[in-house]
Amino acid sequence: MPVGIEPQDLELAPGHNYGTVTDKISDIVLKEGTGKWWKAGFAVAIALLIVFHYGVVLLMTYGVGVWGVNIPVAWGFAITNFVWWIGIGHAGTLISAFLLLMRQRWRTSINRFAEAMTIFAVACAGMFPLLHLGRPWLFYWLFPYPDTMGTWPQFRSPLVWDVFAVSTYLTVSILFWYLGLIPDFGTMRDKAKSRAVKIVYGILSWGWRGSAIHWERYEMAGLLLAGISTPLVVSVHTVVSFDFTIAIVPGWHSTIFPPYFVAGAIYSGFAMVLTLAIPLRRWYHLEDFVTLKHLDNMAKLMLATGMIVTYAYVMETFMAFYSGNPYDRYMMLNRFFGPYAAVFWTLIGCNLIAPQALWFRRVRRSPWLLFVDALIIQTGMWLERFVIIVLSLHRDYLPSAWGMYYPTKVDWEVFLGTIGLFLTLFYLFVRLLPMISMSELRHLVHKTQAEEVKA
Amino acid sequence: MSDRHHREGKLDLVQIRAAAEAGEASRRFWRSLDELAETPEVASALHHEFPRGLPRAALTRRDLLKSMGASAALAGLTACTKLPIEKIVPYVRQPEEFTPGVPLYYATAMPQSGVGIGLLVESHLGRPTKVEGNPGHPGSLGAADIFAQASVLQMYDPDRSQVVKHVGRLGTWEELAADIGNNLDNQRPLQGAGIRLLTGTVTSPTLADQIQAFLAQFPSARWHQYEPVGRDNARAGAKLAFGEYVNTVYRLDRAEVVLSLEADFLGCGPGTVRYARDFTDRRRVVDTRSTMNRLYVVESTPSNTGAMADHRWPMRASEVEGFARAVAAALGVKAGGGAVPPSVPAGAVAALARDLQAHRGASAVMAGDAQPPIVHALAHAMNEALGNAGQTVIHTAPIEANPVDELQSLRELVAAIQAGQVDTLIIIGGNPVYNAPADLSFADELLKVRYRVHLGLYEDETAVLCHWHLPQAHYLEAWGDVRAYDGTVSIIQPLIAPLYNGRSEYEFLALLNGQAGRSGHDLVRDYWRRQLGSGTVGGADFETQWETWLNNGVVDGTALPPKVVSLRASFEPAPAAPDAGGLELIFRPDPTVGDGSYANLGWLQELPKPFTSLTWDNAAYVSVATAERFHLERADFVRLRFQGRELEAPVFIVPGQANDCVTVFLGYGRQRAGRMGTGVGFNAYALRTSANPWFGPGLDLRKTGQKYHLVTLQNDHLINDREGRKVFSEESEAAFARGLVRVATLEQFRSHPDFAADPPEETTDAQSLYPPYDYQHGYQWGMSIDLNACTGCNACVVACYAENNNAVVGKEQVDDGRDMAWIRVDKYFRGGLDNPEMYNQVVLCMMCENAPCEYVCPVGATLHSPEGLNLMVYNRCVGTRYCSNNCPYKVRRFNFYLFSDWDTPSLYPLRNPDVTVRSRGVMEKCTYCVQRIQEAKIRAEVEDRVVKDGEIQTACQQTCPTQAIVFGNINDPNSRVSRLKAQSRQYGLLRDLNTRPRTTYLAKLRNPNPEIQA
Repeated sequence: MPVGIEPQDLELAPGHNYGTVTDKISDIVLKEGTGKWWKAGFAVAIALLIVFHYGVVLLMTYGVGVWGVNIPVAWGFAITNFVWWIGIGHAGTLISAFLLLMRQRWRTSINRFAEAMTIFAVACAGMFPLLHLGRPWLFYWLFPYPDTMGTWPQFRSPLVWDVFAVSTYLTVSILFWYLGLIPDFGTMRDKAKSRAVKIVYGILSWGWRGSAIHWERYEMAGLLLAGISTPLVVSVHTVVSFDFTIAIVPGWHSTIFPPYFVAGAIYSGFAMVLTLAIPLRRWYHLEDFVTLKHLDNMAKLMLATGMIVTYAYVMETFMAFYSGNPYDRYMMLNRFFGPYAAVFWTLIGCNLIAPQALWFRRVRRSPWLLFVDALIIQTGMWLERFVIIVLSLHRDYLPSAWGMYYPTKVDWEVFLGTIGLFLTLFYLFVRLLPMISMSELRHLVHKTQAEEVKA
Repeated sequence: MSDRHHREGKLDLVQIRAAAEAGEASRRFWRSLDELAETPEVASALHHEFPRGLPRAALTRRDLLKSMGASAALAGLTACTKLPIEKIVPYVRQPEEFTPGVPLYYATAMPQSGVGIGLLVESHLGRPTKVEGNPGHPGSLGAADIFAQASVLQMYDPDRSQVVKHVGRLGTWEELAADIGNNLDNQRPLQGAGIRLLTGTVTSPTLADQIQAFLAQFPSARWHQYEPVGRDNARAGAKLAFGEYVNTVYRLDRAEVVLSLEADFLGCGPGTVRYARDFTDRRRVVDTRSTMNRLYVVESTPSNTGAMADHRWPMRASEVEGFARAVAAALGVKAGGGAVPPSVPAGAVAALARDLQAHRGASAVMAGDAQPPIVHALAHAMNEALGNAGQTVIHTAPIEANPVDELQSLRELVAAIQAGQVDTLIIIGGNPVYNAPADLSFADELLKVRYRVHLGLYEDETAVLCHWHLPQAHYLEAWGDVRAYDGTVSIIQPLIAPLYNGRSEYEFLALLNGQAGRSGHDLVRDYWRRQLGSGTVGGADFETQWETWLNNGVVDGTALPPKVVSLRASFEPAPAAPDAGGLELIFRPDPTVGDGSYANLGWLQELPKPFTSLTWDNAAYVSVATAERFHLERADFVRLRFQGRELEAPVFIVPGQANDCVTVFLGYGRQRAGRMGTGVGFNAYALRTSANPWFGPGLDLRKTGQKYHLVTLQNDHLINDREGRKVFSEESEAAFARGLVRVATLEQFRSHPDFAADPPEETTDAQSLYPPYDYQHGYQWGMSIDLNACTGCNACVVACYAENNNAVVGKEQVDDGRDMAWIRVDKYFRGGLDNPEMYNQVVLCMMCENAPCEYVCPVGATLHSPEGLNLMVYNRCVGTRYCSNNCPYKVRRFNFYLFSDWDTPSLYPLRNPDVTVRSRGVMEKCTYCVQRIQEAKIRAEVEDRVVKDGEIQTACQQTCPTQAIVFGNINDPNSRVSRLKAQSRQYGLLRDLNTRPRTTYLAKLRNPNPEIQA
């Protein structure tokens, strides 16, 4: 061990070899079975998922009127949730693709479940554009497909761009995730005792034998997909922000939105990774793999993106007054002092004040404080989307059309229900798939051992 | 029972049986379960079993499962209904002029409180769908009001009474004829001493003739008339001034200065539509040389007339008399001296008098129907002193067939019942149990009458207390005649055979007169044939005349001739009674449901009231200062105690209301109006007494501490200043800051004609990166709305509902911001809240050239037509609602639920067949009535010509009494709309967004008297 480096600065606790990391990760799935924490959590998740179904049945039976949306606030919780979930996904892609290209080794032990989080978050996000339609059964009209009427989507609409952005994102994320899983599926197949399990993992591993040519192709494909994914980190949320900037609503029509949305997405995404990683490492005793250094790094990224978001808020406010645009000015004053002022100031507290704690190393290295801060930041980011959507719409140009938006029971049911969907998928993931990439951890073991030898 | 019940749940037969045996149903025969279910007990059992529609807030998991299960179980019940076999046969001989798809128009007239307004009714395949004004009728000039527009809905109202009822059981007209015949025969030896007829105000010559014939048979019988919102004061005022009843018609097209003593001549009452037209014709400013009339209004409650005023002074209703006396005195009329209320600025009365004097013979003083006779008499005296009589103020013989003091008439009826003199009471078309003054206890008295018969449109509060209830034919179903505000007679032509086996009052009277079975057509026609014979109406042979009358909608030469009357020499008003002080209670007919007879019309219930935009309720209006005095907030529930009677009602704080008074609106709190109107609002008749039918002192107001839920279409948030006093409305402040309403005085306009103009870079002259679309071939549609002419009467809104099959959504949905009006009247206030200037602004789709809604739609469901229209393709809409978010005018409306009524069969034929009935989940919006545009274009193409200017009228334009809305081809520089758009007052809403709206406005002008400082 190099002198001056504390153990918690390591990306992998000392004393691990190829065998221990593989056993540790694969045993969670193959040997340990379903623990009581898992069962309790899964029960909660399923309960929320049932709530989701209940809300969706109401929605489909009666129409979007079961929500609180109205004229002027025609978008409410649904689009708020959409943007929030899709933002959360971004951290996973950033970790798995962007950090891979940057050769950040610390991504190794978190990228698998962060990517899983991405896919599940995008799945949740993808529900909302569909559910929020007045006639959801006609959602496919947003896709460009040849039909006998010769009709096409209207390509000037950012909602069509959204369709491409989100579906591309989901496809690439799934491919990337699955590709990373292939060597691990091979390991699982080889370690499984039961024949049925062997067959399932065997099929999933696509005949992985670990030959040199397999590894070569695997590395190349991973690099290519990382190359494809990296722009998506920036582009998806940029396109999502176009949903707002392209419109002329005061509070939406702003050139600052793309970078501001991307930063906010990564901000909330890392908060979500932390929210998942901290209990996981504790329940499954993964502190050796997800070390305090990981938490520290993620907290720093959160702090950095949080400061970008803060800057965006400040500039947005400044521009509202500096531009001399009376509508923007009113919009900002309405955020400060209007009927939803409490929501706005809560958002400021969550997104601007709470992350300031992350300047302190002690907070960054205290898992439970970090967990609480991450939850606050996720709340704040959800509120940010609510503020952008509802507070901008509820009082726009003609005062005669001003109104209010109050979420209904079904609004909450569908929102909390997607959390249930997310958690359900995540619990299944944790139970059925290696939640940390074993093959990459073995690389890491190799590299850290080499460093130790060098030292 | 409606079909919906069948579909919504399975019958709990045990419960229904128990309910049926316990209640009314056990006492009568029934033919089917459906009919059995009509009894209140069973209906309520059914209602508990399957509530209509699932209220969103109350929906629990159990409800959901129940309703899902119920809908499955129900399919079975529906299948039990066997539909009769029907044969479809094509026309063997096609009726003349009858082409499917091509509507026909028939002239008719609608009686409103007995006074007629001439109409043209559009008929598709023999069913009326839309009411328009009759251009040839003096009371309409082509325009119609909200009640006329909504009357077509009333005709199809599924809650109208559909069967003859005898003591709660089904009866038939034949049984009735026999039964009533026996009763009348019993009265014959007594010369009908026990018979009383109760009608509304009757102007119909035929009906009056029939009633006279009836009274001739029964000389001792009595005929009583009662209108809850009647014109007793005007009649008594005429008698006071001239010693006889006269009808007064105002020629506002000749008046330069108008003083309204709480006369809401632009809002309600006979002749409103015509007065609005005449009045605004004197306000059409074209350029700086144009002149404008000047309107002074004193009133207690903000009205559309008050909003048009150049000077408006709020005062309690009782203070108007003092003001009138002061003005009269200043004009040299013996008036007994009066106190001018403090809200009138010093010197204003003198300046007003000078202004009136300066326009002798070209001014008019009008008194409101709610003002006491003395004010009417003073107005007559002032008009005479100003030389207006015969010029702007025309007196004629009364239009009523038998003018009486109706309140007194009702009092006499009640007194006769109390004295036991009434054996048989026949009520024709009224609902006195609901709307008679509370002190007469009419319901209790009515029950003392041995034999009670009621003919009415609804089985209402009065109907259920009568032995016989007879379904009345609607005016669109029956022949009749009626006089307009100036006496002009119109023949009421039916558009359709009675839907529900109803009979008209004419046919009913024929039955009473022993002419049972005579059709309304014969009755009316015979009456007029006799008139022709007797020389009352002159000219050619009767057939030709009759056809002409039907075609034109008016009977020529029946306008009553001017009559010279002079003030009684002895006219000298008694000295004014001392001001009683304290809080005053004021009654007003509701601006949208009138006296309550329109309470079941969803279009009118959902129509926002002027200046409060309150819907689905009435409220007690108080001024801002009075609210502060009593520490009231909006929607506080208060207990109003007036002359020993109590009513609980919610408060609405209304800027511009006079201080120290509370205005309540009649027409709500109906107990048996139908599914729309029952149980809505508060019954202000409960406080109304025959001594104080319009206002009275001594009101006691107490907060109950509870809140009521009032729903408005447009919010306003009154802002408190540092002392906590409310100073202005935030919305109005923003509206003026954003230049949405632009206003100047006439003088300012003359010196700055371009005061309202938008900078050129915001108009079509602006630079753009893109080449402009070439509209020069063909048409390009546009609209101009003259804010100087708009009175905010809401007729356009109702017309739009009728033309475009708009859905009614109900109070809860309006509260959620989901009303479906394509056109709306925005209201803003300017100035202090005690007496603000009030502005109306009609907003509909602006048909932007750079439409923000179009480019955001992901499926191209809203797009631009080559004629500049911003179209909405319902079939293509998936309902992202992005277009609405991006519409800066928020004129798009969304079907959050299945709002259109797809279930009620009687509403199918009401719908305009040229307009899609929208389904759940699609956006909709104003189309400039594209169906009318297409119709005219096709016609023009067939005739190989271009569409003429004025050939296409949008529904809102056609019904507008003041012609404030003008639509046309803006490619044609000589079209009316182009010429209006060329005026210097033209401006667009939010043009700084570069939307380039096609709907533009002409700025509002005011013409205050320079001698009077605000």
